[in-house]
Amino acid sequence: MENLELIIDALPYLLEGTLVTIQLTFWSLLIGIVVGLPVAFAQVYGNKVLQGIVAVYERLARSIPLLVMLLLINYGLPRLGLRIPIFTAAVIGIGLRSAAYQSQIYRGAIQSVGGSQMKAARSLGMGKLKAFFYIIAPQAIRIAIPPVANESAIVLKDTSLAFTIGVVELLRQGEYFIATSNEPMVIYLTIAAIYFILTTIVNGGLSLFEKKYQIPGIGIEGGHSDAY
Amino acid sequence: MPTKHLLKIEDLHHSFGEEEVLKGISFSLDKGETKVIVGPSGTGKSTILNNIIRLVPPKKGKIYLEDTEITSAKKINEIRQQIGFVFQDFGLFNHLTAKGNIMIGLTKVKKMNKKEAEDLALLELDRVGLKEYADSYPSQLSGGQKQRVGIARALAMQPKLILFDEPTSSLDPELTGEVLKVMRNLAEEGMTMLVVTHEMGFARSVADELIFMEAGKIVEQGNPEKLFTDPDHQRTREFLFQLTDLYGEGEN
Repeated sequence: MENLELIIDALPYLLEGTLVTIQLTFWSLLIGIVVGLPVAFAQVYGNKVLQGIVAVYERLARSIPLLVMLLLINYGLPRLGLRIPIFTAAVIGIGLRSAAYQSQIYRGAIQSVGGSQMKAARSLGMGKLKAFFYIIAPQAIRIAIPPVANESAIVLKDTSLAFTIGVVELLRQGEYFIATSNEPMVIYLTIAAIYFILTTIVNGGLSLFEKKYQIPGIGIEGGHSDAY
Repeated sequence: MPTKHLLKIEDLHHSFGEEEVLKGISFSLDKGETKVIVGPSGTGKSTILNNIIRLVPPKKGKIYLEDTEITSAKKINEIRQQIGFVFQDFGLFNHLTAKGNIMIGLTKVKKMNKKEAEDLALLELDRVGLKEYADSYPSQLSGGQKQRVGIARALAMQPKLILFDEPTSSLDPELTGEVLKVMRNLAEEGMTMLVVTHEMGFARSVADELIFMEAGKIVEQGNPEKLFTDPDHQRTREFLFQLTDLYGEGEN
């Protein structure tokens, strides 16, 4: 009973932090899409120079631990005269790393549709752009949904690292409350439960979307997307 | 400058890197004719077809579609609409039904309205015997059915001629018959066709002219019956005998 009261007391603060966590997730994923898609296009359709540049970015973004990246952005950049608000710094760090991973998802999805369909579309007299929008994209999106759901859940959870540079998100709100109540176990468990609910909602939402637009033979569910 | 020919190819050359795959190919195709190109693998047969619609731009030579020189023509997308192409691996769009595969070129390229496009798609599917599969997705069709959808898709664009690039090569033997039958019907209906195939039975009975190619050159061309029974070149005889042996004379 005591625990329940504690949770009820903590909940307004935790929910306030949850809201910040959701905002961090939203903006980070958005950066991931806005940067990740062009990176994927550059990898698939770009020339050698462009491919080289994005390869370096991708390599870096996937090799540096997110925590190190956040610390660099928050404490390193001001030394170069670039002072960024902590929320923005967190979004940039998390978003740019996610963009590298998302670009891999989109690249794989585009390439898995296959050159023969592109050729067939061109043979009907479609320009490259038309062929991409009407033939490649509708299939690539469906193929990308499951890994994007996965990536979204990862980003959601990794926003907790923003805590280290001072963003008052879910985890830091919890810390504040623990400092006054001295009940770490209950509060951390409540925080874990909130993350669990959030990731379940993200995954559930995307899998509903996936089911709604499911086409036999496309994506993992279909089982034999490359039947020929 | 030509001509009454529907398609005319003059001194076509192509190379991939150092390797010259086409060493001066010339022939023509008249309206309503079916010509079949045969020859060993890697002799550039498919390259000719790809050169014609510039999926692979030719290195040298000229190709005319009626009076238009299409090797350098700017509006390639308009030219491609006039030339159908049937692929060895079908090239069906996996996210669209059989009907949708046919409609997309009509609505997005030819700007036909949806209802008209649908009517035409069903008509063409009926023509290849697949009307009841209109709403099936490619993954739900057999190889032979997929290829027939591929042919219907090419037909619906109402092209002046259709190029077939080994249309039965990726099919199980028992499925080639249904595709060849559709092609035979088309030839009889007067469709102009240029076919690359190893199906000797089809070549012998349907082609108006047989073109035997080897190592990037035309060795011999002419009436299929003559090439099969009394060719001018020993090499033609060897090859055709060998293939007839391998694939048989019939169409399953």
